[in-house]
Amino acid sequence: MYAASATMNKDDFFLPHGKLNIRRLARFISLIEDNPEEAQADLAQVYCENHQALLLGITGPPGVGKSTLTDRLIAHYRSLDKKVAVIAVDASSPFTGGAILGDRIRMSSHATDAEVFIRSMGSRGNLGGLAPATMDVMNLLTSVGFDVVLIESVGVGQTEVDIMHLVDTVLLVLMPGLGDDVQALKAGMMEIADIFVINKADKPGAQQLQSEIAMLLSLRQERLAWTPPIVETVATEARGIEALTAAIAQHSEYLNSRHAEEKQRKRDHRFQRMVQQKILTLALHFLQDNQAYQQWAREASAAAVNPYAAMRDFENHIKLKWEV
Amino acid sequence: MEEKIRVLIAKPGLDGHDRGAKFIAQALRDAGMEVIYTGLRQTPASIVATAIQEDVDAIGLSILSGAHNTLLPRVAQLLKEKGAEDILLFGGGVIPAEDIPYLKEHGIKEVFTPGASSSEIIEFIRTHVRR
Repeated sequence: MYAASATMNKDDFFLPHGKLNIRRLARFISLIEDNPEEAQADLAQVYCENHQALLLGITGPPGVGKSTLTDRLIAHYRSLDKKVAVIAVDASSPFTGGAILGDRIRMSSHATDAEVFIRSMGSRGNLGGLAPATMDVMNLLTSVGFDVVLIESVGVGQTEVDIMHLVDTVLLVLMPGLGDDVQALKAGMMEIADIFVINKADKPGAQQLQSEIAMLLSLRQERLAWTPPIVETVATEARGIEALTAAIAQHSEYLNSRHAEEKQRKRDHRFQRMVQQKILTLALHFLQDNQAYQQWAREASAAAVNPYAAMRDFENHIKLKWEV
Repeated sequence: MEEKIRVLIAKPGLDGHDRGAKFIAQALRDAGMEVIYTGLRQTPASIVATAIQEDVDAIGLSILSGAHNTLLPRVAQLLKEKGAEDILLFGGGVIPAEDIPYLKEHGIKEVFTPGASSSEIIEFIRTHVRR
């Protein structure tokens, strides 16, 4: 469907009068999702560092109002005349690979705004709350000039911490009445939050949740230069959005001026992720095309051998026979 | 990696009943497709903008209000204006048989009426999407 050209560059994403060619952008995103290897060369051409872009991650358990909050944040940044892109990740079925992506239902008031680009993404087997293509697509969107990129992660639970390495500011959205979930959250999720959002704060228990979070934060052994603020919102009524965007602006300022090394740390993480992904892709490609491996794999799995012994055998094969 | 079929399921116009649309969305998901579901009361303009941003291969419009002869051709026309008429457009819902030829003349590739099976629709999409 998508014809990759050897000469693609950033200008190819713009129409003659300077407007973004949405169709081409959207198709290129599909190529990144379907065939990331093929997209790499073009991505390298298109990529340009956009230091001004605000990269925001929105995560939290299902049903806390992440999409509605995203909708309000779009409206806020549009009121400042920013170009806004959203990547909304939802879970793909592990059985069929299919997905129902419904996050944009809550964002439909922005559907025809030419300066807002919303893309739904199935997680396609990725754990960690994002999709394999999320980082590349984020880089593409900032490269073609979006001022704000909002990434809404899959709301599943405690493992979706990938988002912290990708964006500059992570909003962890919670709501009153989650009860024991907050206890569960304290392990992994609490640490990724740059800002806590208590959404549906008009429901009973908001004050208690606020105290619980504050208590957990005070237990931190590490002395951090940034103390995550706790902001209460009622996204359906657009309440608390100003306080939230003020907190986001403060965090950006903190990253930009006082602690550039923090920003660099996230960039380093992203880079490591890319290297890891590349190693895996190259290795899998190599094995796919390697007759000796194919045969070994058939024999090993047919023989129902001890898997630990098989792995040792595999390592020896790689080192000796396949001349890696 | 495989190229995944992406389908937008939308409800144009004002009727407030989306059980059929949800049923189809679920069936397509179970067939391994990625379904972008936008819910009730979408305008033709928002449907087309969404389809382009999401780079879908097909759009399924569910309509029960009786306004199909206006709304469905309008979506087809807007797709054409945006240079996106290669996106497969189909409709479903309570649509009288005598209206179907008119719709097919106006850019709706197929119309599924009550009683159509989900496997029929899945087969139709797999056969007709670009790629």
